This record gives sequence, structure tokens and C-alpha cells, in this order.
Amino acid sequence: MPVTVEIPKEKWTGAVREVKLGATSAEGGTRARTVTVGGETTLPFLHYEGQMPHPPVVAVEVQDRYPADWSKQLLDAWGEVLNDPAAWAKKAEEIGADLIALKLQSAHPDGANTGAKEAVATVKAVLATTGLPLIVYGPGQAEKDNEVLVAAAEAAKGERIALGNCEDKNYRTIVAAALAHDQLVIAKTPIDVNLAKQLNILISDMRLDLSRVLMDPTTGALGYGLEYTYSVMERLRIAALTGDSMTQQPMICTVGEEAWRTKESKVNQGVPAAWGDWTRRSINWEVITAATLIQAGADIVVLRHPESVALIKKTIADLMAH
Amino acid sequence: MGLSGLEIYKLLPKTNCKECGQPTCLAFAMKLAAKQAELSACPYVSEESKAALAAASAPPIRLITLGSDNFKIEVGNETVMFRHEKTFYHEPALMVRLKDTLPLSEFEAHVKSIAGYQVERVGIQLAVNGLAIENASGDAGVFGNYVAAARAITPKPFVLIAKSKAAMEAGLKASGTGNSLLYAADESNWQDMAALAKQYSAPVAVRADKGDLAALANLAEQVKSAGVEDIVLDPGARGLGDGLAALTHLRRLALKKNFRALGYPIITFPGEGANSETEEAILAAEHIAKYAGFIVLDHFDPASIYPLLTLRQNIYTDPQKPIQVSPGLYEIGEPKPESPLLVTTNFSLTYFTVSGEVEGSGVPSWLLVADSEGMSVLTGWAAGKFDAEKIAKSVKQFGADQKTKHKKIVIPGAVAAISGELEEELPGWEVLVGPREAIDIPAYLKNWN
Repeated sequence: MPVTVEIPKEKWTGAVREVKLGATSAEGGTRARTVTVGGETTLPFLHYEGQMPHPPVVAVEVQDRYPADWSKQLLDAWGEVLNDPAAWAKKAEEIGADLIALKLQSAHPDGANTGAKEAVATVKAVLATTGLPLIVYGPGQAEKDNEVLVAAAEAAKGERIALGNCEDKNYRTIVAAALAHDQLVIAKTPIDVNLAKQLNILISDMRLDLSRVLMDPTTGALGYGLEYTYSVMERLRIAALTGDSMTQQPMICTVGEEAWRTKESKVNQGVPAAWGDWTRRSINWEVITAATLIQAGADIVVLRHPESVALIKKTIADLMAH
Repeated sequence: MGLSGLEIYKLLPKTNCKECGQPTCLAFAMKLAAKQAELSACPYVSEESKAALAAASAPPIRLITLGSDNFKIEVGNETVMFRHEKTFYHEPALMVRLKDTLPLSEFEAHVKSIAGYQVERVGIQLAVNGLAIENASGDAGVFGNYVAAARAITPKPFVLIAKSKAAMEAGLKASGTGNSLLYAADESNWQDMAALAKQYSAPVAVRADKGDLAALANLAEQVKSAGVEDIVLDPGARGLGDGLAALTHLRRLALKKNFRALGYPIITFPGEGANSETEEAILAAEHIAKYAGFIVLDHFDPASIYPLLTLRQNIYTDPQKPIQVSPGLYEIGEPKPESPLLVTTNFSLTYFTVSGEVEGSGVPSWLLVADSEGMSVLTGWAAGKFDAEKIAKSVKQFGADQKTKHKKIVIPGAVAAISGELEEELPGWEVLVGPREAIDIPAYLKNWN
């Protein structure tokens, strides 16, 4: 007697919130298009049991200074444009970026220690050369983050940019800036489901609508804590789908920054022959980190290498086809 | 996955005779479900019910073993959909396919480099688990010779890929017993393949087309009815999206529905769904995270094998027992006797975060990793596994006092409270309190002197 197979399906009761980045001229901004993420009513790419109305997207990281500390692989791949954030952003748009993630690294006290004025000029220059929605990151140092992000929020009024990072220690300032200038925030917490929930609660208590909040669960690169990020993201997404409201934010992963920090990507001197060709290895490191986290529920991956951008765009397209 | 009390009750005589010591058959069924009673306590249970209950207590995904000793592959016997629910137990075997149409000397050279490939990561040696040898020539004699040539080079397990009975038998004879998986039994040849699998006690893969799971289940049942227990599944779905759906269906059917006909490990061929080597690696990465038992690659390139082996190690790390790095004195950059000395714990995430920041700072440094039994800084301190005594002991044990000459040690800011105690344990040393957060280490090191 032939066996019949009934495909098991989960019945999810919750959904990820939709978050829209960018605003067109009709919406009070100047972006050529907007990008919406989230809205999932099932686990990643299980199209047969729920909706995934918006595919995950790729943001390309652009910095406001020549990134001399980056891997030579990246410096060679991008070339001259690295000297000019606007040209760099334009190039990123040409190679298929969905979003620009502008990092105001020059504001770091260990670097040029630039301030609000320079941040405003860079943000305006980048907005003027690309039609893509923008994410703006501070240099990752609390005081300077507050200074440049508040300035960026004001300079980009109406553009619906995302401000990162909004953390436990500075969320009041960043959320206030987002409220004052109609921007979004990226709520970042260190690889922990409860801390992620708690920060979303604090942000929502300040009356920032949750349709303006992305969450960054903190990315561990392949071989450097990837499994922690992977499982926390799976847990957050399952919680979201089972109706836990404060976990229902789309997730963003800073893959490029983490993957290109590893020894495997950064150097080729004195490494074992078993690591293989440096160019292939370093791109694979970024691509496999990104592809794996997309399977765990990433809605936005921030990448660095042009080839990774193309490969991950193709991966997403293949996963969305059904 | 066991049966519920009610499901077991249906298989009992329902006479409430009390001879098992329980007041009713239902009460006995509940005890059985909770594993607090043995079925043998019931004198009247039928043979069919016994068989059904025995089958129900078998693991939902059969464990398949290939090879022996250091080269043993064990796949299957998984119990959860997500690693955070418990853990994934048996890493998928990564194998590389070679065809018997390659010139023999080239084939042998490939076998040597693939079987011999090894790479170390956090103190563990990672390797390719074996080879898949395909009878692309269609000639049974040639296939036997190529398998024999490969076997002369490596004892690692093989997947033998052949369509005809003659070729498969030649391959089996050349490979030796207990170390080959037959690929594959399909609609056209399953009787032959099942007969060989039975005769040589080898597991056999069954293959359906394009994710047709009903056809796959029927094939598996037919092979099983021919007397073969060790079965592997190829649902025939090849792309990223179709593959994810098919492998998720199979895992859910086995774990959530206890669906016996598909309760076996899965074999995948990522190269068949890819247009390039990197696409193959991306597909293989999906199969590592989502449910494959055997992954057969068509390319052998250390630049993609190494990241895939690393991913497999990550995904299959037991979340309840975080991976530890070996305690010791690590060199970051090329430190000199006057370079800074920092101390941290051997919890892998702590180590990776701290070493990453030290590396990023560009300041060559010594990083002393104390054995905190895998606990993070604060947890280790609270549990007495990362205290002044342990740190002082590690300084001597790993020769940090010999390699540096400044007699200064930087402790994590989170355990600033132990600095006095540590100065007592390390007479003549200056204990410096570093930053609380790893991200502040580069700034700290730039001002270190």
C-alpha cells in the first residue's frame, strides 16, 4: 500500500513588524525608493506555511575616512572610491546595495576626532549622491555616538534614516533624536534574548513607535561566536512568531565588520596552508556568515566586499523563489 | 520520540485485569509513557502490540554508521529542530566527489590531498570525512579499479555512486566491508541495490525526484521490506529554497510526526544546485545548519572547505557546554618582553572578543588565558574559577613571568575588586585594571606603558 505523506506545518500566531527605511519626495524625503523589511509570519523562507512579504536586504558599509586598517582584500576591491564617502556610496549603489550603512568612523577620539559639523557634511553629501535609504552609525564610542548621531538625525530630517547604535547606555539620547526628527533606531544588545526584549520595552516606553525600531542582536563571525548569534536569532524569531510583542522587530547583522575583523580575512602571512587562497577564503568568510544568519532570520545584513554583495543578493533571490 | 499514554493504551488489551500491578490499563499505559513501568509486566499484550511499541521507542531518525576507529562517520539520531532546544549531536559528514573518468594518476593525487586534508581550530583537528566515487565511465571494471586505488590510499569511508548492479558490486568488493554507502536506489534499480546492501551489510541511499517525498517514502519502505534497515534519503531537491523546504519537511516528519518511513539521515549534493564553487559552499552551509547527514561536494578547495568545517563546528557545538579554548599564553601580533600582558578567561566567546579587540588595536600583546572551566569573566569570578589565586597560578604555569619583563598584568575591569589580592599573590607585580568592556581595549592599549 503506497505511503502518503502529509507535510507538517506550524501554525504561527505572531508576525514580525514591518519597518520602512527611507522616504521619497512624496513622503517628505529625497530618496529614490524606500526599503521595507519584516512582516514575516513564518520562519525564514518556509513559504509554504506563511508569508515573507519582504526579502532580506543588503546594506553596504561606507566610512567617512579612508579605512587604512581594513583588509587589503577590501582596499583592492574598492580602490579609489574609499577616499570619498559619497563616491563610495554611489559605487555601492551601482553594485546592487539596497541600503547604505554610513559609519562616521572619523569621529572616533582615537582617529580624527571629528564632530557634529563634519558628520552633517558627510551625511548631506552621501544623501545627495545616492537615492538609497541610509543607516548612519556613530564610531562606537558612547559620547561621540551621541554627538554625531544627534547631528545626523537633524541634518537628515524627513529622510527616515536609521540611527545606530542605540544601546542600553545611550538609548535615551538616540531615541529622543529619532523622535525629534522622525528617524529610526537600531537597538543593539549583546547576544541575549531578554536584553533585546528589555531594550525594545525601554524604547517603546519613550513613545517611539515600534515600526521605527530595528534590532541588532550582535553578530559573531564564523568561527568567532557565530553559533551564539545564530541561536539567539532563532529564539528571537520563534518568540516573535509565537506572539511575544517585544521580540517582533526586524533584525540587522553587521556581518562585514565582524567577518573582516577575523584573522582568516585580514591577513595571509604566517597562516596555515590549509586555510587556502586568501581572496576566496576571506570572501567565503563574509558570505557564509551572512548566508547562515539570513537562515536564522536576519532582515538586513551589512556587508563590505563587492563580491559578497552580489553573492548574497543571489542567495536571497534563490531563497525567495518558490 | 515516545508514544503518549493514550497511544500506548490503544495497543493494550483494555481488560483492566490489574495483573500488572496497576488499577487499570490506562494507568499502566501512563506509567509506560513515563518510562516508570516495563511492558513485560502485562501478561496479555499481543505480539503485534509488542512490535509496535518496540518500533515506537526506536529513535525517530535512525543512526547510520560508516567506517571505524578514527574515521568513523555517525549521522542521524537527532532529537531537535533547533540547536538551542538541546543540541545537534552528529555532525554531517563532509565528503568530496571524484569520477572514474579522471586519469588515474590525477584521481589518486586528488584522493591523497582530500583524504589528507586537515586543519586545526580551537585545538581540534578538522578534516574531510571521506570521498564519493562516481562510476561516470559506466564501466564496472574501471569503477572497481578506481575504488581499489582510492582504498589503497585512505581508509576513510566512501559513498559509491553507480547505477548498475555490476558496477556497484565491483565497487563494494574493492572498498572492503563496513565503510561504504551505496548511492542510490531509485524506481528503476531498487531491487538490485537493496539486494547488494543486504548482502554486504551496507547502508543504501534512496533517491526521489525534485522533493517528491511520497515517492521517497515508498522507495524507502520497499527497500526496508527487502530486509535493509540502514537507509539514507535523497529527496532530490537541489536549490536553496527547495532544499530548505524538503529538508525541513523531513526533519519535522521524523521528529514531530514520528513518521517511520522517512526517519533516516539525509544526503545532499550542493554542487548540483550551484553555478559556481562559492554557490556550492553557500548551499553546503545551508545543509550544515539545516539538517543534512552527508554533504557531498564537487569541489575541493581549502578556501571553502575550511569555512565549512568551521561552520559545522559552530553549529554542532553543544549550547549547554560552551566551547572552551585551551588555557595558555597567546601571542597576538609579535609581542616582545616589554609588550603588555592581559589576562582573561577561557570561555570561547570571551576569548574571541578580547583577542579580536587586542588584534584590532595593532598593539602586539601577550594574552594570558586562565582556565576558568569555560566561564566568562564575571561568572568565573563569582564561581571562584577566575580569582587571584587562579590568575597567579596561570602566570607561572604558562611562563608569563618569563616571557615578559615589566611585571605588570592587566586584569578585566569587571574584576577590579581582586587587584589587591592579586598583588599579594604576585609579589613585586603591579596589577593594572583594564576596561570593563572589550571594545575599549584598543584605546586602553594605545595608552599603555
